[in-house]
Amino acid sequence: MSDKRIMNAPAIALDDFVEGVVDVYPAKAAKKRRKHIVVRDPAEKQRIEANERTIPGIISQRGCCYAGCKGVVIGPIGDMVHIVHGPVGCSYYSWLSRRNLFRPRADGQNYMQYCFTTDMEEKDIIFGGEKKLKAAIQEAYDIFKPKAISVLATCPVGLIGDDINSVSKEMSEKLGIQIIPFSCEGYKGVSQSAGHHIANNNLFKFVIGQDDIEQKEHTINILGEYNTGGDTWEIERVLNRCGINVLSVFTGDGSYSEMRQSHMADVNLLMCHRSVNYIADMMETKFGIPWIKVNFIGIKSMAKSLKKIARFYDDPKLTERVEKVIEEEVAKAEEGIARYIPRLKGKTVILFVGGSRAHHYQGLFRDLGMVPIVAGYEFAHRDDYEGREVLPDIKVIADNRNIEDLTVERDPERYNPRKDDETLKRLKEEEVIDTYHGMWEDMGRGTMAIDDVSHKELGMLIKKLKPDMVCSGIKDKYVIEKFGVPSKQLHNYDYSGPFAGFRGAVNFAKDLDMLIHNPVWKLTTPPWKKKPVLKADLTVST
Amino acid sequence: MAGTERHYVSTTNACKLCKPIGACLAFRGIEGAVPFLHGSQGCATYMRRYIISHFREPMDIASSALSEKHAVFGGGPNLKQGLKNVITKYGAGIIGIATTCLTETIGDDVPGIIREFCQEEKDLFSNDTGPLLVNASTPSYSGTHMEGFHEAVKAMVGQVATRNGAAEDVNLLPGFVSPADIRYLKEILEDFKVSGTVLPDISETLDGQALLDYEKIPSGGTPISGIKTMGSARATIEFGRTLMGEHTAGELLSTRHGVFLSQVGVPIGIRESDEFFSAMETISDKKIHQKHEQERGRLIDAYVDAHKYIFGKRAIVFGEEDLVVGLTSLLSEIGVIPVLCASGGKSGHFGECVKAVTKGITDAPIVRDGADFFDIASEAKSLKPDLLVGHSKGYSLSRKLNIPLIRVGFPIHDRIGAQRILHVGYRGAQSLLDRIVNAVIERKQDVSPVGYTYV
Ligand code: SF4
Ligand code: SF4
Repeated sequence: MSDKRIMNAPAIALDDFVEGVVDVYPAKAAKKRRKHIVVRDPAEKQRIEANERTIPGIISQRGCCYAGCKGVVIGPIGDMVHIVHGPVGCSYYSWLSRRNLFRPRADGQNYMQYCFTTDMEEKDIIFGGEKKLKAAIQEAYDIFKPKAISVLATCPVGLIGDDINSVSKEMSEKLGIQIIPFSCEGYKGVSQSAGHHIANNNLFKFVIGQDDIEQKEHTINILGEYNTGGDTWEIERVLNRCGINVLSVFTGDGSYSEMRQSHMADVNLLMCHRSVNYIADMMETKFGIPWIKVNFIGIKSMAKSLKKIARFYDDPKLTERVEKVIEEEVAKAEEGIARYIPRLKGKTVILFVGGSRAHHYQGLFRDLGMVPIVAGYEFAHRDDYEGREVLPDIKVIADNRNIEDLTVERDPERYNPRKDDETLKRLKEEEVIDTYHGMWEDMGRGTMAIDDVSHKELGMLIKKLKPDMVCSGIKDKYVIEKFGVPSKQLHNYDYSGPFAGFRGAVNFAKDLDMLIHNPVWKLTTPPWKKKPVLKADLTVST
Repeated sequence: MAGTERHYVSTTNACKLCKPIGACLAFRGIEGAVPFLHGSQGCATYMRRYIISHFREPMDIASSALSEKHAVFGGGPNLKQGLKNVITKYGAGIIGIATTCLTETIGDDVPGIIREFCQEEKDLFSNDTGPLLVNASTPSYSGTHMEGFHEAVKAMVGQVATRNGAAEDVNLLPGFVSPADIRYLKEILEDFKVSGTVLPDISETLDGQALLDYEKIPSGGTPISGIKTMGSARATIEFGRTLMGEHTAGELLSTRHGVFLSQVGVPIGIRESDEFFSAMETISDKKIHQKHEQERGRLIDAYVDAHKYIFGKRAIVFGEEDLVVGLTSLLSEIGVIPVLCASGGKSGHFGECVKAVTKGITDAPIVRDGADFFDIASEAKSLKPDLLVGHSKGYSLSRKLNIPLIRVGFPIHDRIGAQRILHVGYRGAQSLLDRIVNAVIERKQDVSPVGYTYV
């Protein structure tokens, strides 16, 4: 079916291309792999496989369960001490490497720059590390007097039978502060996604709903926003201008004390569906807090999300204020990006990131006149591509079976529906609350979705589609640039940012312009390779 | 004061990385090699990320991607499947297999699994050039990334080197130095007119050119043919004072194949470089090339010029043990007082090696092995240092104390050019000297109310 061509990309027969890509696998693996690649045709009901185990020996971008739990969700909480129970490496690698910024609150507690580990040694592996863990907790308490401590397990811990739950419980009783154990051993699940789930469960069990403090009106939580490069702060700036108060953020610039009060908010704004949808659902069941899927990346997406929030509140004064802010901010942002648009327009982009950004950034690219042609996630599930409608069909794979699904019930005292039944029903129907359509809704005919892309596939994509830019993480950046194609890191933003919100969009445009129009791309071939080779016709006389 | 006992239970802001990352770095310096971690995929991903952010180069590490089930029933099947994929899909000439904490804890018998694999998959190994499989045991709970590095080098030598070959080569085992260092070391070998096998050689594999194409396995690295003949070389030079007397790759070549072993410190600064060049003279039976002699002369001249700026300055040095020993040697030569030498490593020889290079020149510094940055920071309070010399993890301390950090070693993820930092030889000393002195001058200039233009 050669009519499925990617717009603005060199015309290639996509289906042949897909076959070529999977061809590099052993036959059995190729058959499986084929299901992770879809050429979009919105007219059809399509299906993609995701959240499957990576094939051994095929290099992927994925991390482990511990990376999802500590690295992504728990690590950014800055006013808690996090102790990694395990050998030294796992803690070292997740030590501030994600650029999740934190500003200390009035109590001054800030442990962001610390990386604590029990640094297990041979004797701890042989005789068990519980004693050392206890001593480490005691020590952290004695030195820092934190409000709470998390204990995060890495691979060997579960295998040697260390019981971090009972150690945490015992020490918690002894010290009178919360000590929260996370059994996020790296081998659990198929990617960091399992770790998100474990982190969500324990934040819900131990932290959320602990502190009943009345809140101001129009108070929200933001879920699944990690303050990379200061994104959270830009989002907060705009929300505050609109008269919306941010109570807590899970977990960018995250504060343990604020999260304890998060159940007092009116509504949860859900940024990264993948990493915190569990909390959103559980908070709704227990406390009656609905959630709104938002996307604060890109000018139009940001404006659209703000409008959704206004529709939820349905308060004319607020709506008016939101409209006004949108008008002003959009005008300013559009003015900011105007000079870049002629330089970026029509450029094609491939994006492979995480579990939500490959979707979120597509809107921003379109704001800039650019064309996303291929997108995919590293560790998403089918619903992140296809939308929440598919949730009932997703089978729990063996690898995830041991990750607990909490049974949550209404809190007898504190369950408090934020709207009456009818309004909730209407908001749901209008898709203001409790829905997410996944990445596909924004991917037109002929574009391609690829789950958990491999280096090999990435290389073929670059060669065949000749994109103007590829967005990925640091593990791919230098591979991509060896091909002579600029790469923007959408995990840590190449140490730039913020890219969220209105001001972020302008920063992003500026960065892309800089990358695409880097003069060095014109210098790669030396002059002697450009000129036709001169035939030697000099006669050397001796 | 050497080897002070550690005071704390937790390691807080570690000054060491884990063992397998060292092994992967070493394997990356072999031609056609794909480093492979037997364990869950997370370790491979994390380590790649770290290596990439230092070198700003692609770095692939394959993994057997074990799941919970494998953690319970053993990772053999996954290891085999993974190896097969790496061989057929990446065309690896050699796979360097390192274990992780997970597979060491569950006790997978990696050499046994590999033997089985070779039996079962005879087709893959049917010709002479069939891939080599080399394995190193690298549980992080015993040792640091440096032990992992040396373990991998030893595994290469132990499992690949033979005595077949012409006996005119020199083996050079430089340890973990930068790509720029390796390039320079190769130049030195050439200048002594000896053909050498430098193991590992990351000069190209971790500092590649922009090719406008991508090589799955980067070109460069120690040729396997060279490693195969290491047992017949005329001598081995091995860097690292803390390695002396240990079971190292050099020692293995000497006991198993009778290759003469010359161990010297990592040649940082004049004295340690002199040792190295003298060893080269003895082994090659040639005089040092005039070029290097001139470089030494210019270096002496520069030491003299620099003295007034840095004499009596107090430095804290941290990082891998052998690197710190070399840096300490350099610092004491140029008149800087090393007040604290710290490392996350615990070879047991750190203290005596620091003493050896400072003896007769400066007072023995405080030495802390098994140290982390919490220890270093607490120690620093009373030491009144003027500068820090070490990797990027020292930045917080440098900011807190408001003193410059001279970035050397690994990891450096807050500056560009880590792969081009020259540490070794006269040329390396020259470049370090300039950087150190200029950092001191710059600081003085910056905080001076006068605004000196001439200093
Ligand atoms: S488990 Fe071991 S090998 Fe893996 S990252 Fe942690 S310390 Fe390193
Ligand atoms: S050891 Fe386990 S927890 Fe640690 S990085 Fe590796 S996979 Fe993750």
